[in-house]
Amino acid sequence: MKAHLTRRYMFSASHRLHSDEMSEEENRSIYGKCNNPYGHGHNYTIEVTVSGPVDGQTGMVCNLVDLDGLVHSHVIERYDQQNLNLLPEFASEVPTTENLCISIYEIVKRGLSKAHLDRIRIEETMMNSFEYLGEGGR
Amino acid sequence: MVYLTRKAEFSAAHYYHNPEFTPAENQRVFGKCNNPNGHGHNYTLEVTVKGAVDPKSGFVVDLKQLKDVMSREVLDVLDHRFLNKEVPEFFTKIPTTENLAIVIWQRLAPKLNAAQLHRVRVYETPELFVDFYGEA
Repeated sequence: MKAHLTRRYMFSASHRLHSDEMSEEENRSIYGKCNNPYGHGHNYTIEVTVSGPVDGQTGMVCNLVDLDGLVHSHVIERYDQQNLNLLPEFASEVPTTENLCISIYEIVKRGLSKAHLDRIRIEETMMNSFEYLGEGGR
Repeated sequence: MVYLTRKAEFSAAHYYHNPEFTPAENQRVFGKCNNPNGHGHNYTLEVTVKGAVDPKSGFVVDLKQLKDVMSREVLDVLDHRFLNKEVPEFFTKIPTTENLAIVIWQRLAPKLNAAQLHRVRVYETPELFVDFYGEA
């Protein structure tokens, strides 16, 4: 029996949306107030969805202790209370929540041994959320 | 095709234990969920059914019927119970949220006549939920 399990996590970080490939005016026009040079922050909520057969011995798709350990040590530790623009993955990519979804998907995917990663969904605010299902988004 | 979701809540106790594991293995795999005295959750259940909208009634499903089936087949059986000790499916199966979603699907699917069951979602806490779509 295949089941899909979702776990939610939270972290807070700052970012500034700005592309060096565009003029100051273009940046302001495209990113609006997100282009404020001092940056701004969000409380991000991440949903990690994994799927797989329910293990006959444990009744689990994925051991939550392992999943929590992976996400805490490789995602929360990496991003919580940080300025996203200063991280290496955003040296050449704009730290939009779309790109953050892709980066987190790749990190979690590398760390999962048994369960299949279905989706990373991030709520940047209560009003907007982004999903990446791993289909070569970048 | 329209999808309709109905929510319900129930509270139950459980613990995780596999008699085939040694005490040390049970402790390692299940951690504090292995405490044999059990612990509890307020579960939220979302049942999603799908179907064509009936041109006469404008309904995908008779909500009253869906609510009755959910109450009889799921809530009356699980609410305020110790899952390992009082619910037959969990005498042999570990009452993880994964298995709860599967058991709820198996209880509901044969009883829904008009609409087709699409998804069973069980929230163990606001931070953790499982979806089951009836996939093998």
